[in-house]
Amino acid sequence: MNEISFAPAGEQGIVLQLGTSMDETTNRRIRCLMEQLHGKKGIRELIPSFCSLLVLFDLHKTNYDRMKELLTVEVNRLQELPELIKKVYRIPVCYGGSYGEDLDYVAEHAGLTRKEVIDLHSGRDYLIYMLGFLPGFAYLGGMDERLFCPRLPSPRVKIPAGSVGIGGEQTGIYPLDSPGGWQLIGRTPLHPYDPQREPAFLYEMGEYIRFCPISEAEYLALERDLAAGKTVMEWQ
Amino acid sequence: MAIGMTVLQGGLLTTLQDSGRWGYQGNGFPVSGCMDSQAMVHANALVNNPLGEAVLEMQYLGSSFRFEGETYFALTGADMEAELNGRRIANYRAAKVKKGDVLECHRAVNGRFGYLAVAGGFEVTKVLGSCSTNLKCRLGGWQGRALQSGDEIPLRRETDWLLNEYRKEIRPVSYEKEVTLRMTAGPQEDMFTAKGLDDFYGSVYTLSEESDRMGYRLSGKAVESKNGVDILSDGIVLGSVQVPKNGMPMILLADRQTTGGYAKIATVVSADLTKLVQCMPGAKIRFEKVSLKKAVQLFRDEEKRQRAFCRAVGYCLDNRGTFDRYLQKRTERKTAARQ
Repeated sequence: MNEISFAPAGEQGIVLQLGTSMDETTNRRIRCLMEQLHGKKGIRELIPSFCSLLVLFDLHKTNYDRMKELLTVEVNRLQELPELIKKVYRIPVCYGGSYGEDLDYVAEHAGLTRKEVIDLHSGRDYLIYMLGFLPGFAYLGGMDERLFCPRLPSPRVKIPAGSVGIGGEQTGIYPLDSPGGWQLIGRTPLHPYDPQREPAFLYEMGEYIRFCPISEAEYLALERDLAAGKTVMEWQ
Repeated sequence: MAIGMTVLQGGLLTTLQDSGRWGYQGNGFPVSGCMDSQAMVHANALVNNPLGEAVLEMQYLGSSFRFEGETYFALTGADMEAELNGRRIANYRAAKVKKGDVLECHRAVNGRFGYLAVAGGFEVTKVLGSCSTNLKCRLGGWQGRALQSGDEIPLRRETDWLLNEYRKEIRPVSYEKEVTLRMTAGPQEDMFTAKGLDDFYGSVYTLSEESDRMGYRLSGKAVESKNGVDILSDGIVLGSVQVPKNGMPMILLADRQTTGGYAKIATVVSADLTKLVQCMPGAKIRFEKVSLKKAVQLFRDEEKRQRAFCRAVGYCLDNRGTFDRYLQKRTERKTAARQ
């Protein structure tokens, strides 16, 4: 069985290490554990990552040793690993052109046609391992190896929100306008993160994303619908 | 009755900050909040606000304001040689102002971050439960940005009487140019060599110019790791000291990213964060390892000092808002009497 270990992170935090590699099982264990820990006395916040969980606790209500005990008990309860419902978010993406100016480069680098890149990129479900780096930025796993592509030599100053890019072995969506060094292959009209919306994030850790290619006309139509306040999000 | 403050000089980096945006780190949201939370608590206690209420945080070079109504304010943290209507005023006491009064804050002489609290607080919309400004994501606080001249920041209410109006002088906190930070080990201490740890705890580091709300970089002896410092990204706490490839420690602070891929050698005990954040570049920093038990003790001692401060300034907030309602009624009566 997987070995677990603990380490303090300051006097009000504890890191629970559940493995050493990023894989779907570890991710599922972390999610189940978070579910079990929800509402437990003294826990202030949970910060999940690829194979560990950082638990921030309230020193008025608990302490390191008690948290360690609680976490050990809860991890041992994890054995059966209930199958969670697989939620897949379909993210419409307009590939290439001004929406994804590096598509040609990525295709050339991979020795594929543009169509093949789009098919490979959109033809599978990506697990959201965790959100981090920027609000709502999803660390996705499971991209086809043929699409691996080095980052830009120097980052762009501003990448528009919704841009879909490839950086090394990862692919992802920029939730906000921000600087970045990923190769941009497309853009979605959806807003992965919108502070005015409830909930502010479209998806969570443990859910899946599937990119669906759309035309520029569809992109513009969706953008109009969104601006008019229509809900276009769907999951299966 | 909306009153406010007009910003006459924006200052170098003046932002609204409170106790931070907690609860969304799992979604990638930095906590933000005041760099020096002790000074925030002091400022709020002096004007009888909830202790985590939003205050204005000024870095290096303060801002100037004109008050557009009657209220009380208090300055804490770094001494910014503040002047009220051209006369020098002291930090760490509540001062009364009326419409048209001008408060000017200048260069920080003792410390780096100065704080301004106004009785009743600022009238700004909370984003995800907090008024803290996150500059990188341009959200929260005042339009998600630092203050600029011409901004008119609304206040929640006018205040003509402070329950704990304090007249005795309170000695301002003084900040050092050489500090020793007490540290708890880890979470990834085992990734560093014995020599690396000896250097980290045995030598003196200098606070680099590259230090901001996100983190303070240090220069000094490179900390040696066993097999590199890359880890699979994991969660970061306030005060985590990460060691990137070049071996120079970096202490992660208020605007820290939520997760990171460098090994973290140790964590600053929360009670020592105030003296760290108030350091100017060039300050000398030493690290001293303490046990977890000791760190918890230091946390409790700090809380005791905070409670003692609140008692000393006659802090008497009641959480039910009775006092606010009382003030509201009082103002209404006065308005009615005037008519």
